Order: sequence, then C-alpha cells, then structure tokens
Amino acid sequence: MVARRWLLPLAALPILVLLAYGFRSDPRAIPSPLVGRPAAGFQLTAFDGTPLGLERFRGQVVLLNFWASWCYPACYEEAPILEAAWRTYRQRGLAVVGVDIQDTETAARRFIEQFELTFPNAPDPTGKVSIDYGVYGVPETFLIDRRGVVRDKKVGALTEAYLREKVEPLLGETAS
Amino acid sequence: MSRGALGLLLAGWLLVAGAAAPPSDEAVARIASQLRCVVCQNLSVADSPSDMARQMREVIRERLARGESEEQILRYFEQRYGPWVRLSPTNWLVWVLPFVGLFAGLGVVLLVALRWSRRAREARLEALSPADRERIRHELERLGE
Repeated sequence: MVARRWLLPLAALPILVLLAYGFRSDPRAIPSPLVGRPAAGFQLTAFDGTPLGLERFRGQVVLLNFWASWCYPACYEEAPILEAAWRTYRQRGLAVVGVDIQDTETAARRFIEQFELTFPNAPDPTGKVSIDYGVYGVPETFLIDRRGVVRDKKVGALTEAYLREKVEPLLGETAS
Repeated sequence: MSRGALGLLLAGWLLVAGAAAPPSDEAVARIASQLRCVVCQNLSVADSPSDMARQMREVIRERLARGESEEQILRYFEQRYGPWVRLSPTNWLVWVLPFVGLFAGLGVVLLVALRWSRRAREARLEALSPADRERIRHELERLGE
C-alpha cells in the first residue's frame, strides 16, 4: 500500500521535470548547427570597394560579425568593443570582419564613421552570406579558429568578457 | 533524318528547355511554406513580408534554377538554422509519440475500469448476510432441478 501512495506523485515527476526544463531554457536561444563545422567561404565587396572574402584570413582567428545600423542598442554597444579587439589582438592573429545586413548604404556608412571602425566591413545586399551562416537577427558573431572551423556563435552584443574567455584561448592555438 | 533521331533531338531540346525555364512562383512558395521565417513569430517564409524572408525566397528560387530538389533545398536551410527552421518536424518520434501516449493512456484507463468493476462485484457479494447467501444457493439448486 506504501507503493501505491507514492504512485501518483511519482507519475507527476516527469511532467514537473519537463516543465522545469521548459521554463528554464530560453526559447530564443537556438544552438547553431554550424559550430564545429568549417566556416562557409564568401565573396563580398567591402564599403571601401575592395573584395572581401574569408579566404584572405586563413590561418587567423576570425570574428565574423553580422550587424545593422538600425540594430539599437546591441550593435551600438558592441561596435567599440569590436574595434578595440581588432586593434588589441590583430598583431596576435585576430581578424575582425563585419557584414552589414538588411541595411541602407548611407546609414551603414554613417555607423562606420560614428564608431571609426577600421576593420574590414562589407554589405550583404542579397542576404546570401547571412543565410549561409544561419543568421536570424543582429548582432550575431561567429568565432572561427585558425583552421577555419566555426568554434562558437554569439547571439547579442559582444562583451569584453567574451573576448577574454573565448577569443584569447584560440589565439594561442596553432593552425595545423 | 530518321524519325528516331528526330525524337532524340526533341527529347534533348525539351530537357534543355526544362532545365533553363525559371522556377515557378508556386514551386518557390511550396518550399517557402515549409520553412519558418526566422525573424517572425509563427510565420512561414512564404507568408512573411520581411526582408529576410524575401531573401530566403530568392535563395530558394536560385537553388531551384540550379536544379536542386525540394528536399535538397530544405536540407540546406536545416543545416544552417537547425531542425527548428522546418515547420513540420522530420523526427518521426514527434509524430509517433503522441499516439503511443494516447494508446498507453487508454490501456491504463481500461485496466483500472476492469479492476473497479470486478471489485464492485465482489463487494456486492460480500455484503450479503450468510442467511441470504444460503437462500440464494438454495434457490439456484431448486432452479437446476
């Protein structure tokens, strides 16, 4: 009879566990299937008119950042951090690459001027590169290692803590 | 020119013409309606007026023009956005589990109902006094004679 008394609470347990899991996880946080896979190559034309492709940065750690000038405040928060990261770590082999999506050229250029961004930046007028990377919002940043493998995807504004914890260790790795 | 050669030429021309024909809006919409618009709430790529969905429809059109099949295109999006992007899940467990749950539940209800009715019958019998039980036995015997 003791067993029967526990039968009902025990039957409710799996449902409670499922609910706890459902309420604790963020429905908007969707893991990228691209992590652990080679980063897709692309060919874009940068705002300064030069060709911009991923191949150019082979052997370097790449922060591939998808942004838009209308993405306020997240893109505005991370722009100075990205520029600082580029200036601080470029000697150690970090490349920061910006891809501007669903934007107008004038607004995008104004954004670049406002934050005095010096890392390579290109518009993606057809959206093909962002779709190839499974981007569903801005900002999203992909961390690519020296072997060209996607190691992480960061949704939302990039932080200094992210640079320390995720980017720095990759700079110490070798390409082979 | 023989009739066979003419037929072959016609077949070849049809093949080339078929491959070169731009994909129809219906074909694009059929695939787009199976994909979740990634920047919307509960809208398919076919129904969303957003820039992102428009660009995704353009990618579908280009891939169709390149001769890719519906499944190949759906898989292309799935590999980038995850299984979440497909509006109808490809995991068969999702389709089967509700029915397994339903039948298991019905089974449990049936078992419990059977047990209840058996217990109710036994309880009715136990409720009889020894005199009543003796009387029933007697009456049944008389019926049998």
